[in-house]
Amino acid sequence: MMTMSEFRSLFHNGLIKQNTGLVQLLGLCPLLAISNNVVNALSLGLATTMVMAASSGAVSSMRHFVPNEIRIPVFVLIIAALVTVIDLAMNAFVHPLYLVLGIFIPLITTNCIVLARADAFASKNHPLHSVIDAVAMGLGLTLVLVVLGAIRELAGKGTLFSGIDLVFGAAAKSYVLHVLPHYQGFLLAILPPGAFIALGLLIAANNWNKARAVQRVRAAVPMAA
Amino acid sequence: MSMTAATRNAFRAGTVLLLFALVGTAMLAFTHDRTEPVITRSQQAEKLALINQVLPASSYDNDLLASRQDLPPDDLLGTRQPSALWIARRGSQVTAVVLEAIAPDGYAGDIALLIGIDIDGKVIGVRVTAHHETPGLGDYIDRAKSAWIDQFSGKSLTDPESKRWKVAKDGGTFDARAGATITPRAVVKAVKSALDYFARHRAAFAAPPAAKEKKA
Repeated sequence: MMTMSEFRSLFHNGLIKQNTGLVQLLGLCPLLAISNNVVNALSLGLATTMVMAASSGAVSSMRHFVPNEIRIPVFVLIIAALVTVIDLAMNAFVHPLYLVLGIFIPLITTNCIVLARADAFASKNHPLHSVIDAVAMGLGLTLVLVVLGAIRELAGKGTLFSGIDLVFGAAAKSYVLHVLPHYQGFLLAILPPGAFIALGLLIAANNWNKARAVQRVRAAVPMAA
Repeated sequence: MSMTAATRNAFRAGTVLLLFALVGTAMLAFTHDRTEPVITRSQQAEKLALINQVLPASSYDNDLLASRQDLPPDDLLGTRQPSALWIARRGSQVTAVVLEAIAPDGYAGDIALLIGIDIDGKVIGVRVTAHHETPGLGDYIDRAKSAWIDQFSGKSLTDPESKRWKVAKDGGTFDARAGATITPRAVVKAVKSALDYFARHRAAFAAPPAAKEKKA
């Protein structure tokens, strides 16, 4: 059904080559808004991944019944309905986590990466491939979110995993890592400008890394005549 | 009369869209129906947990959430819309009230407060329920960030005296951190105004519920 190399290439695409945060630069609004600490970033990343997997699976299994000219409204409808169902279910069954993520979950609907994968990939591919693609893309986004969250939280507050007690209950308060004790804090990193600056640096680092890889390949191949 | 291909296509597209809308609506209605009671229950538990931070659960024996009343907007409460009041009773005796107030002059707009006041006019506890103060600077008024807000407990309009109901920098009793005075100043002012409001309406709050019903 699906070969190992197909599987690997989907993941390579989602995590690195077509990374939504660093390469496609899609869905930046939640990326910038929620990356002020690791716990928020990880939670929203995983929730988005869940929505993407569900919506890509649904879109892909219905792709033969949807006339081409109304595919976008139908996809938006599917995504909005799924997000609302997840929103209600989380509110009812994991209430503490919902209180942390509450306002961000409806925002997932507006994250254009979800619709982008539904239209660009799921509407043309087998459901299994579509779900894998969505998970890979979602994890790629989560990865960038978490790295960004870690940079901003470290620079801004000198801690990691602050707010983890909101997810796992008060007992988890001791999991917060005070990496830089007696740190005075650097407010800019936590405020929105910090998000733009840190994301800019990440993109620059990624581009630099790619450029170096290209050069290495060129250096390794001897010039043809 | 026969339909053209374009009309047929439009009809087909419309029907498909309608079907998807119907299925989507049914899915949402079903989920809503299943989750609503659970959500209402946890929202009430959450509200009660918040209220119990400014009013210990042991200090009353009535159904606190059911005692909720709407207070009309009032300058002393800083409210522009009706706000909530809960009346705690033990037996038929009113022991305390919990009310919502707003400090409208925070550094970044409104600071929403929940204040528990015992029947003698003493503050039991204060909590900030919503604010937009600068993270890491003015947000120490939030109990989750620091214990600053605890210094109101036990205070009343006579303790400290009126002119000492200010932050230390302005010659008052209440601490404030250097660099962020506007935020605590707003909170101190709002708590004092809420106490003034309570003093003015104390008689009405303390009246037994039966008497009020007769009047109505």
